[in-house]
Amino acid sequence: MEAMEETVDQSLREMRETFASGRTRSIKWRKAQLGAIIEMVKDNEEKMCDVLFQDLGKHSTEAFRDELGFVMRSASTALNFLDKWVVPKKSNLPLLFYPATGKVISEPYGTVLVLSSWNFPISLSLDPMIGAIAAGNTVLLKASELSPNASALLTKLIPSYLDTKAIKVIEGGPDVATILLQHQWDKIFFTGSPKIGKIIMAAAAEHLTPVTLELGGKCPTIIDHHSVSKDMKSVVKRISGGKWGSCSGQACISVDYVLVEQSFASTLIDMFKPVIRSFFGVNPKESGCLSKIVTKKHFQRLSRLLNDPRVKASIVYGGSMDEDKLYVEPTILLDPPLDSEIMNEEIFGPILPIITLRDIQESIGFIKSKPKPLAIYAFTKDENLKTRILSETSSGSVTFNDLMIQYMCDALPFGGVGQSGMGRYHGKYSFECFSHEKAIMEGSLAMDLEARYPPWNNFKLNFIRLAFREAYFKLLLLMLGLTKGVRK
Amino acid sequence: MVKVFQAADATDLVTELRRSFDDGVTRGYEWRVTQLKKLLLICDNHEPEIVSALHDDLGKPELESSVYEVALLRNSINLAVQQLKDWMAPDKAKTSLTTFPASAEIVYEPLGVVLVISAWNYPFLLSIDPVIGAISAGNAVVLKPSELAPASSSLLAKLLEQYLDSSAVRVVEGAVTETTLLLEQKWDKIFYTGSSRIGRIIMMAAAKHLTPVVLELGGKSPVVIDSDTNLKITAKRIIAGKWGCNNGQACISPDYILTTKEFSPKVIDALKQELEAFYGKNPMESKDMSRIVNSNHFDRLSKMLEEKEVSDKIVYGGQKNRDKLKIAPTILVDVPLDSQIMSEEIFGPLLPIITLNKLEECFDVIRSRPKPLGAYLFTQNQKLKERFALTVSAGGIVVNDIAVHLAVPTLPFGGVGESGMGSYHGKFSFDAFSHKKAVLYKSFIGDAAIRYPPYSTGKLRLLKALVNSNILEIFRVILGLS
Repeated sequence: MEAMEETVDQSLREMRETFASGRTRSIKWRKAQLGAIIEMVKDNEEKMCDVLFQDLGKHSTEAFRDELGFVMRSASTALNFLDKWVVPKKSNLPLLFYPATGKVISEPYGTVLVLSSWNFPISLSLDPMIGAIAAGNTVLLKASELSPNASALLTKLIPSYLDTKAIKVIEGGPDVATILLQHQWDKIFFTGSPKIGKIIMAAAAEHLTPVTLELGGKCPTIIDHHSVSKDMKSVVKRISGGKWGSCSGQACISVDYVLVEQSFASTLIDMFKPVIRSFFGVNPKESGCLSKIVTKKHFQRLSRLLNDPRVKASIVYGGSMDEDKLYVEPTILLDPPLDSEIMNEEIFGPILPIITLRDIQESIGFIKSKPKPLAIYAFTKDENLKTRILSETSSGSVTFNDLMIQYMCDALPFGGVGQSGMGRYHGKYSFECFSHEKAIMEGSLAMDLEARYPPWNNFKLNFIRLAFREAYFKLLLLMLGLTKGVRK
Repeated sequence: MVKVFQAADATDLVTELRRSFDDGVTRGYEWRVTQLKKLLLICDNHEPEIVSALHDDLGKPELESSVYEVALLRNSINLAVQQLKDWMAPDKAKTSLTTFPASAEIVYEPLGVVLVISAWNYPFLLSIDPVIGAISAGNAVVLKPSELAPASSSLLAKLLEQYLDSSAVRVVEGAVTETTLLLEQKWDKIFYTGSSRIGRIIMMAAAKHLTPVVLELGGKSPVVIDSDTNLKITAKRIIAGKWGCNNGQACISPDYILTTKEFSPKVIDALKQELEAFYGKNPMESKDMSRIVNSNHFDRLSKMLEEKEVSDKIVYGGQKNRDKLKIAPTILVDVPLDSQIMSEEIFGPLLPIITLNKLEECFDVIRSRPKPLGAYLFTQNQKLKERFALTVSAGGIVVNDIAVHLAVPTLPFGGVGESGMGSYHGKFSFDAFSHKKAVLYKSFIGDAAIRYPPYSTGKLRLLKALVNSNILEIFRVILGLS
């Protein structure tokens, strides 16, 4: 551990010196690093798919879609728009301040810490780093120990493609994180669970370090079968693809549970079965298209959730598990008890509870009774329901008639609220996430108003009152001595 | 008899406000505008009482109270009333080929039940200005004014209860005990104005509930004076910004001056001249300056002045009167850089001048200290202005003036590093108390098989093309030509 402490000390020192030298402020430098990230992913696509398969059993298509392709696009967006993003924003000043000018410039925080997660170990590491670099910071990445092959690969590749004096990687678990958090950072970006999020924020508080916390929650999916009956096949496909087609449900924006009217429940379940079979065949374990559970610990957690006898009794599809292969079959539950663990914890796995309601309008109250999730999904064409969902529930985001895809839309801020997190990123928001918006105002030494200065008297008081109210005509009268001014 | 605020009271308070919020009391445009207009009525109908309370608490001159508290608030309220419809409207967002066909927008929604903890130096401004943000954004809000300005605190409690909707807006008066009880509750946002030391405590308490915070803290805001400046105007603005703003007890007060050894005597002379013009030969008798807020702060400032190697550096002022809680405008030159007065935020009428061999050395001096809330530069040199704006990290920077950026609603007002996090004023206040919710509307047209397992090389190629928005490649794959 002492060696690790020394490494961290040294790394921080070097990064701070590099930042102070101004190297990372140069747009050229930032673009070069962003270009290097794209190159790094392009050159090592196969290796990256390999490690993602080793750590998570991810198929290369999934790996590309959710991680590699996504990172390359994120980096090229930053490359293409950086010149625009760094332009200072002019502020219009009220006439009162003429001829002063105002603007806001985005300045890098300095030396930032990115704590990544294991489920999308490449994209959840590189994407925040893209934001940090675009904004001109030096950055240290702590890659997750639960995806050891991906983390080892990043540890090897990053120094050979990127500026090692400014961008560093450390692999490790909670003990490494603890050491890192004892130091002062200019910003901390964390992706993970709410429980750890609280620890991160408390550690950041010691140094008044601002944080972005991308956490999770139970993302509900509302199916309003009345209004989408024509497209129900699509609905089921999208939900299945979103749940089981992306890291086997181990994603912060995965569908956690479904809400549907009781009358439609059995039809819905019957529609899921052929879709799941079409995706994964009769034996999903052998399909090669279903990610595995990341560790034995998480497997045992999911096992425990399912082994609750009342939950077990609610299994209507799937349910088989293989600890050696870290495999959990795509599983559907029908109305597990609402006080069971599986209905109160983020599932983060391939188990899908379907909760039935008498009327789909009740979904609003149901969602409100739980902590604010990262995403709410709703399949509906009913404008009233859409409005109710938007105005009566709160979540990081809302997506109508699809799943997960809001992640890809980099014109939308990606982040949580309440228990699901604070702060946001993606696209320009990543740049802003790692920038301090500094106000700059410039006054003129040419003109001066006596009324600004003591000793105070009634004239000055009235002058300033009128000036504040931008009552310029009355101000003129006051100055010409044609009025004593107004009390208010 | 004043009822003692206890833990159960804090819980009940939050529960009640949460119920109001959940019932939708604060969400509608009408409610928000009505509350804002009531705040305006408070300013209109009670200005003399506000001025009087500020005089009791701080000895604040009438002009400062009228202008820097009431008038600023009035402007802030009027702006919010005028712009609220615009602020509440969703922003459209662009979508891309990857998510086609879809439309997207960002919807502003209130966070819920928020806590505003205010400070003693501008007790009305720093209480009501954040509350304006909270209400415009549609939240229920609890305000905890500072106990160190008791007359203002009790007037705020009285007026807010009288004018505003108490099912959603409440004031809790008190000190450490009451604040601690409040901080144990789960809030949807906490907005704090005060010291960095307490800011840490606030953020730590907020972490327990994953509550986001805005911390408006302080720091030592430096003023760099170049020899090419108009010294008379520079001196006047510094004086007005320092002693003219609550006698230096303000977060963006010019804390210390940096200038060259050569120019420093002229700076001192200019300051002395203008100080006399403003406050006369007996500044201790002048009614145009606030007093020191209490004996704790008086003793703190006294100690700073009495420190060895500091007391002999006084070149102007230095008189003190503990009974009247007054300290004269005091200028010092070249106190040791590790003295108390150069290590802590002064927050008082003392102005150290640190002289440098070359003006460029100012960058190292400033950079070696925690990031301040404000940084000021007086110069005509364009290159120097640019270098300053780019390389000095502070909450906000003002060139050729002091503190005025506080009054500009189109500039975000907030700190960085030790001086804070988050910002407000104008629309930034509305944003500070809102959650910007991303909304994506997708249609059912175009359900590409490539999205779903089983995965194949063909699907992978198409996906790659899509991700790269490479239209040509997309066609090629679809037509089987790639």
